[in-house]
Amino acid sequence: MTFNAGRRTSHVWMAAVFVFLYLPIVSLIVFSFNASPMVTNWGGFSLRWYSALMEDREIIDGFKLSLRIAFSTGCSSVILGTLAALTLHRFKRFPGRTLFAGMVNSPLVMPEVIIGLSLLLMLVSVQRLLGFPERGFSTIWLGHTLLGMAYATVVVLSRLQEMSPSLEEAAQDLGARPLQVFFLVTLPMISQAIASAWLLTFTLSLDDVVISAFLNGPGSTTMPITIFSRARLGLSPSVNTVATLTVAVVSIGILAASVFMSRAEKKRALEMAAAYRKTD
Amino acid sequence: MATAALPPPSLQTKLTGVWGRNLVIAIPMVFLLVVFLLPFLVVFKISLSEMDTVFFKDVFSLRDDVVVMTLKFGNYFSLTQDSLYINAYLSSIKIAAVTTLVCLGIAYPFAYFMARSPADVRPALLMLVMLPFWTSFLLRVYAWKMLLADSGVFNNAAIALGLISEPIKMMNTPFSLVLGMVYTYVPFMILPLYANLVKMDLRLLEAALDLGATPWQAFWRITVPLSKSGIIAGSMLVFIPCVGEFVIPELLGGPETLMIGHVLWDEFFSNNDWPMAASVAVVMVALIIFPLAFFNKYQAESTGARA
Repeated sequence: MTFNAGRRTSHVWMAAVFVFLYLPIVSLIVFSFNASPMVTNWGGFSLRWYSALMEDREIIDGFKLSLRIAFSTGCSSVILGTLAALTLHRFKRFPGRTLFAGMVNSPLVMPEVIIGLSLLLMLVSVQRLLGFPERGFSTIWLGHTLLGMAYATVVVLSRLQEMSPSLEEAAQDLGARPLQVFFLVTLPMISQAIASAWLLTFTLSLDDVVISAFLNGPGSTTMPITIFSRARLGLSPSVNTVATLTVAVVSIGILAASVFMSRAEKKRALEMAAAYRKTD
Repeated sequence: MATAALPPPSLQTKLTGVWGRNLVIAIPMVFLLVVFLLPFLVVFKISLSEMDTVFFKDVFSLRDDVVVMTLKFGNYFSLTQDSLYINAYLSSIKIAAVTTLVCLGIAYPFAYFMARSPADVRPALLMLVMLPFWTSFLLRVYAWKMLLADSGVFNNAAIALGLISEPIKMMNTPFSLVLGMVYTYVPFMILPLYANLVKMDLRLLEAALDLGATPWQAFWRITVPLSKSGIIAGSMLVFIPCVGEFVIPELLGGPETLMIGHVLWDEFFSNNDWPMAASVAVVMVALIIFPLAFFNKYQAESTGARA
């Protein structure tokens, strides 16, 4: 295999995989502008499904609920995930560490039907004993947080591992107390990881069907549950418009986040340079 | 890379203080015990209980001031007797295994080429792999329904181009199911493989080539064995969730592809037989417990080693 042929193979292979990954997304967007009610038969450009979506109470109410759950999940997952990451990173020896690590990592791969069913059966048992909690917002939030925490831990932990311990040590040598070290040194250094963990868990929650289906109660139908039940019946133009709006929001969000982060990075680089000049 | 000076072991305690340390550990620990471990024990208990008319009976009951434990193994017995369950378990494992192999076949060359591409384009490539993660998985699976249907985009295009005269049946077959599973899970295979391959010491390959190995030999005898941990991690990340997958078979599968996730769902939501659903879940956990232990060991090594 000559060098050039090898490189051509690699380009073709990578391009093919990217087409595979993006083709469905592109076709969702294209057909959301289809005038015909037959989703896959092109009947000209139209925005009629978007105006129909504005009237769709089921989707709109579900979306509001999903947004609230996703926002709460992002916050709770990031807090628990950061604590878990700190635990795994700092404390190499404490009773139950293996169990702890296993419990943090398992939800990453555990089939969601198992997570959903087991949480529900526990909550029902608790409810029979104590009379609460009612199924709805809070129970879905709990289930999503379990999943989100696992992802947040992975993201924050990998950042902690890249970090050199010397800055924390220096702060400590200069007399900072443990909490000061955390809030003034560690937290700013892992803030980017925390932000991306928040976004990731937010999207995970916004997308979840199975756990929500087990843990929801009367009147707490999230948007993915509605979409899933429509998609199960067949193709539906409303699903395409929701998809397109999601892609638009996500792209804008990621673009804004990366612009914000590169600015923060530049600012920090400038401050660092200024600090070095002063010490010279 | 060896770090110059390891911090003294007492540093960790000094950084947070003993109380702080205990609190940092306790909060996530208690949460996980209550929300992750306890539910499994509850499921196990309920799987051994009997179904009353509307609700399952408690395993423990009070009879003449004595606590009586009534265990019912009937659910597990029917799991082994009824071919519905056995077939569903077998086909879930088969489909998950096929999905894992196809993912590996696609992802290994991809991750390899990505790791060997110029360092300045790698972040962009990584970003392109990650991006679909951020858009709804449910909607992306639905998109395949649109592409593969009898009057879907692919069939319509092929008919319009005169390639075929009759639509080819692709939806609701094992093909559409595996395609959807591979599509959803292939990034989970790419990422650990890439992380592994990009760290590899290329001098080992040079040495092999200098000693007369062909590139192909060097690949099979150096690169592949060195990337073993990435292969294992990726395979577990794909295989385990695939066994219990529900949404993808529901949208893209057909009557021939009954999977155990669907059986569990039906027992719970349609038959309202909670103890049976719990038994199905317990057996499912038993099936994935070894891959899960494997995965946890890998995760522990990759998170513990570099600290």
